Amino acid sequence: MKKQVLAFSIAILAASGAFAQANNTLAKIKASGSVTLGVRESSGLGYTLGNGKYVGFHTEMGERVLADIQKQLGLAKLDIKYQPVTSQNRIPLVTNGTVDLECGSTTNNAARQKDVAFAVTTYVEEVRIAVKANSGIQSIKDLNGKSVATTTGTTSVQTLRKHERAGGIDFKEVYGKDHADSFLLLETGRADAFVMDGSILAGNISKSKNPADFKIVGEVLSVEPIACMLRKDDPAFKKAVDDSIKRQIADGSLAKLYDRWFMQPIPPTNTKVGLPLSEATKAAWANPNDKPMEDYAKK
Amino acid sequence: MSWDWQVFCEDTMERVAVQGCFGKGGDITYLDWMLSAWGWTVSVSLLSLLLALLLGALIGTLRTLPDRPLVVKLGTAWVELFRNIPLLVQIFLWYHVVPSMFPAMKAVPGFVLVVLALGFFTSARIAEQVRSGIETLPRGQRYAGMAMGFTTFQTYRYVLLPMAFRIIVPPLTSEAMNIFKNSSVAFAVSVAELTMFAMQAQEETSRGIEVYLGVTTLYIISAFAINRIMAFIEKRARVPGFIVAGGGH
Repeated sequence: MKKQVLAFSIAILAASGAFAQANNTLAKIKASGSVTLGVRESSGLGYTLGNGKYVGFHTEMGERVLADIQKQLGLAKLDIKYQPVTSQNRIPLVTNGTVDLECGSTTNNAARQKDVAFAVTTYVEEVRIAVKANSGIQSIKDLNGKSVATTTGTTSVQTLRKHERAGGIDFKEVYGKDHADSFLLLETGRADAFVMDGSILAGNISKSKNPADFKIVGEVLSVEPIACMLRKDDPAFKKAVDDSIKRQIADGSLAKLYDRWFMQPIPPTNTKVGLPLSEATKAAWANPNDKPMEDYAKK
Repeated sequence: MSWDWQVFCEDTMERVAVQGCFGKGGDITYLDWMLSAWGWTVSVSLLSLLLALLLGALIGTLRTLPDRPLVVKLGTAWVELFRNIPLLVQIFLWYHVVPSMFPAMKAVPGFVLVVLALGFFTSARIAEQVRSGIETLPRGQRYAGMAMGFTTFQTYRYVLLPMAFRIIVPPLTSEAMNIFKNSSVAFAVSVAELTMFAMQAQEETSRGIEVYLGVTTLYIISAFAINRIMAFIEKRARVPGFIVAGGGH
């Protein structure tokens, strides 16, 4: 019995030691020779090809950041572990130390900044409207009385609600359980429009049976800075990540990476997304910052 | 991590805490939203349960009819069809596949489709329980009905079913509680029930743990209420000494 108590207290001590270490990610990486990168399985900025292989603009950028950190720490070998995350679990996984750096499609906003820190913004997402090309819908005002699809568990639902209130318009929302499902609603005519992040709309249209049948129209409904997410109160690690991203912006490699994932044919179907670099993203790169979404709305 | 239960009092537009936690003048708070989501969950569950009980009792009875091999086969086909396809797949079949085959179905709201899908799925399970309840009865019960000169309908109505239903109350309780939990699939076809509220509100507020705990509590309350109601029915309908005598062969 005594032995068990002893073993238990040692286990607790070891666990608390690991927690203490969690606030210094660089030391943790150096000591363990491994790092865990949080990635997305199906988003415009990061997705999986199956068999534990993760690709995409932000996934690859995250890998480059970690390569720079490996150089900075002088490690001969750095083992990158990939941990797929969802909108529901990404923040708990970062705060509890499972994931060291999450590069997916997380919006940097003030509410999240209470729990986690963000690297400098690397992509500025614009929420847009996708419709059938022959529908005649030109802007959000044309959606009055129509049904509008969006995906459960995204900020677009909130955006839509605000626009409905502000514009005095009334439409019927239908919610898909994921982006593919929401796009299916648009494709089968259950919804007249699909409101979502521009990159996701462009990606879904490019993968559809007849991309020419759909188009993205209307004003930008909301602007959201997307950035890599890391633990709060770890300035050394944040600086290392930020420096690497700034280096990638300065030497043009980030622009090349963008071109590769958004303008060139990409796996698995070898189709082009065809989404040119937006002015907002260019501005974020010209002036690297970690301002939350609320600061963008003020402009 | 620190708790922030205030999140339920915030209104869903500006995320400002509202006095009294209930929104006024068209504004809704997350608490209002959660309660309305609970309403959807309860409506979907109760309507599906009603449909499942009616259909399940009918199909289960049909499967035990003597000298009607075709009807029995039809009943078996129904049960195997609806219990061998995963529930989520059935929901998608109703929502996406059926309307593309019968365009008239497009106008049917998702709510009705979910009630149908969940009701049919559960009816297959209840049918099996009803059948097992009837088959548990000693063969002499049926013969006694026949000896009285009852028709088949009368034998079932006055002899077999009243006993069979008393026997299967416990599994029916599980089924009724399951239907509440299974109703969470309704989020997939745009019914604004508790699971959808949880997914959406945790994204908007970033207070996932509080939101999920709130939703979990409501699921527990709903399922436990059904459990108590069924326990009451079981107690009220009990025939003293029957279960012991019925099983003692």
